[in-house]
Amino acid sequence: MSRLYTPTILGLVLLFLIGPFVIIIAASLSAGETLAFPPDGLSLRWVIKVFEVESFRTSFGISMFLAIGGTLAALVLGIPAAYALARYKVPFGETIRTVVSAPIIVPGIIVGLALLRYLVVPFQFGILPALFLAHTALILPYAVRVVSASLNNLRGDIEEAAVLLGSSRTGAFFRVVMPNIRGGILAAFILGFVTSFNQVPVSLFLSGPGVRTLPIDMLAYMEITYDPSVAALSALLAFMSLGIVFLAERFLGFSRYV
Amino acid sequence: MSDSRYLSLEKLTLSYGNTIAVGDMNLDIGKGELVALLGPSGCGKTTTMRAIAGLLQPTSGTIRLDGVDVTRVSANKRAVGLVFQSYALFPHLNVFENVAFGLRLKGIRGRDLENRVEGGLKTVGLSDFASRKPAELSGGQQQRVSLARSMVMEPKVLLLDEPLSNLDARLRLEMRAELQRVQKQSGITMIFVTHDQVEALALADRIIVMLNGAIEQIGTPEEIYNHPVSPFVADFVGFENVFALENGKMKTTAGMADLSSDAPGGAVGLAWRPSMVALGSGPYQGTVRGSSFAGGTREYLLDTPLGPIKAETDASLAAHEFGAVLNFDLPVAKAAQLSRLG
Repeated sequence: MSRLYTPTILGLVLLFLIGPFVIIIAASLSAGETLAFPPDGLSLRWVIKVFEVESFRTSFGISMFLAIGGTLAALVLGIPAAYALARYKVPFGETIRTVVSAPIIVPGIIVGLALLRYLVVPFQFGILPALFLAHTALILPYAVRVVSASLNNLRGDIEEAAVLLGSSRTGAFFRVVMPNIRGGILAAFILGFVTSFNQVPVSLFLSGPGVRTLPIDMLAYMEITYDPSVAALSALLAFMSLGIVFLAERFLGFSRYV
Repeated sequence: MSDSRYLSLEKLTLSYGNTIAVGDMNLDIGKGELVALLGPSGCGKTTTMRAIAGLLQPTSGTIRLDGVDVTRVSANKRAVGLVFQSYALFPHLNVFENVAFGLRLKGIRGRDLENRVEGGLKTVGLSDFASRKPAELSGGQQQRVSLARSMVMEPKVLLLDEPLSNLDARLRLEMRAELQRVQKQSGITMIFVTHDQVEALALADRIIVMLNGAIEQIGTPEEIYNHPVSPFVADFVGFENVFALENGKMKTTAGMADLSSDAPGGAVGLAWRPSMVALGSGPYQGTVRGSSFAGGTREYLLDTPLGPIKAETDASLAAHEFGAVLNFDLPVAKAAQLSRLG
């Protein structure tokens, strides 16, 4: 009985996880005019079309900028924060940890609406800076948590050892702390990048003339044009994410940090 | 500066809020000495060591090293080495680079660097391990890398934090010999911190016993072991039967008790090791409340009018039954004479 059970359940779970992905890939290879599964013949025309749509190119650029820039900003803020929380008895340390984690818990819709209502509208704050701010805040929890995890695995006395061997305090951080948490920092970068790139709810509120992230642009495109190019773009993005995670696992043992 | 005052602590005090970790400590250590700071946890020995290294700033007092006041000199400019209890090797660097770390910061490069690192590794017998990562080494090997890393810097003083406590019994013996050899060969001044009196007795030229942030006694291993001056030190080195003296009598929980012979002049207390208690005859009586076999000896716990007494006999003698009433003596001539109480 159970000998049959296990593979069946496993099969269903895999189908549930991978099924949509397969459908999207198949649909994107369709030769027909509308989004359909099973595909209406086979062709690469919609994959090629993706690169010809002007707005996709612009919004891809904006999404990349937000994902890379926002993640870097989150790391610049998050690494020192994680370091301070790990090494020193910070007053209200637990509270700070909770506040930093808040963007994970608070629904994105609320974050987006709040930024729009209380930052963009009253202060004429630009959409792009607001998006940048929002994405940085969303990535910060990952940066702090993942970097904290690698810092906790690192003994504090190696910094004292470096100081006694002639290094300054700051020098010790860059010479013996950074190299040992490099894996965690890269893991945080990848997590942050993927989180930001796939972000919908916050970005939904923060769109303006000419400023749209790629997922929002795809939504807008689908409302007007129901052709398979959206499926093609989704498939391409999924492969990009897969590629990043694969490389990270291959070279860093990514799964150790997440 | 004379060589006997190579490192001087003058009225050194370190306090955290209202807690005094080290109070008004004076200590001179000579050039080339191998000194142990011995005491139970919380006695201030680690705080003292960290203050010497410059990792803690004293509340008041002065630290002089090689004739220079280094109290305000930061840790990275003090020329004091420290071998951490956990070794604190840099996990991302191999053995060679770990040892080279400080030398590189000094601007030493090329052949000179290689020679000095190889020299350091040779001293600790790890020449073949230069390209290994710390994680690929045993605890004993990691410790020797840590020792080499500090030694190649030619520090004026080398501090060692519980150097043997993380090693198993056999390695401990090996490392003890190794430390003594390295110290004699290099002539470096070494101070090691330990809570283990056996370690201190075996390794040090001189022992500083600390308690509650102050020095309790300073002496050679023989002096500390045979002539403890206070009840704490006496108990710490195995004189487990300690009595205060008053007007030539022993103060016990049940009142004053006579000594079996005249009290020595000057002593304010007497202490006996369990092995010094003469079982079988004598003016005192006790009831056996516990006994345990310890290989070569047998240990007894006696209930006596003087309070509990620990005694020890040769295991080849017939064992005394539980509840047996025994005569015994506390021979005054053998006792350690304490000059201080409390």
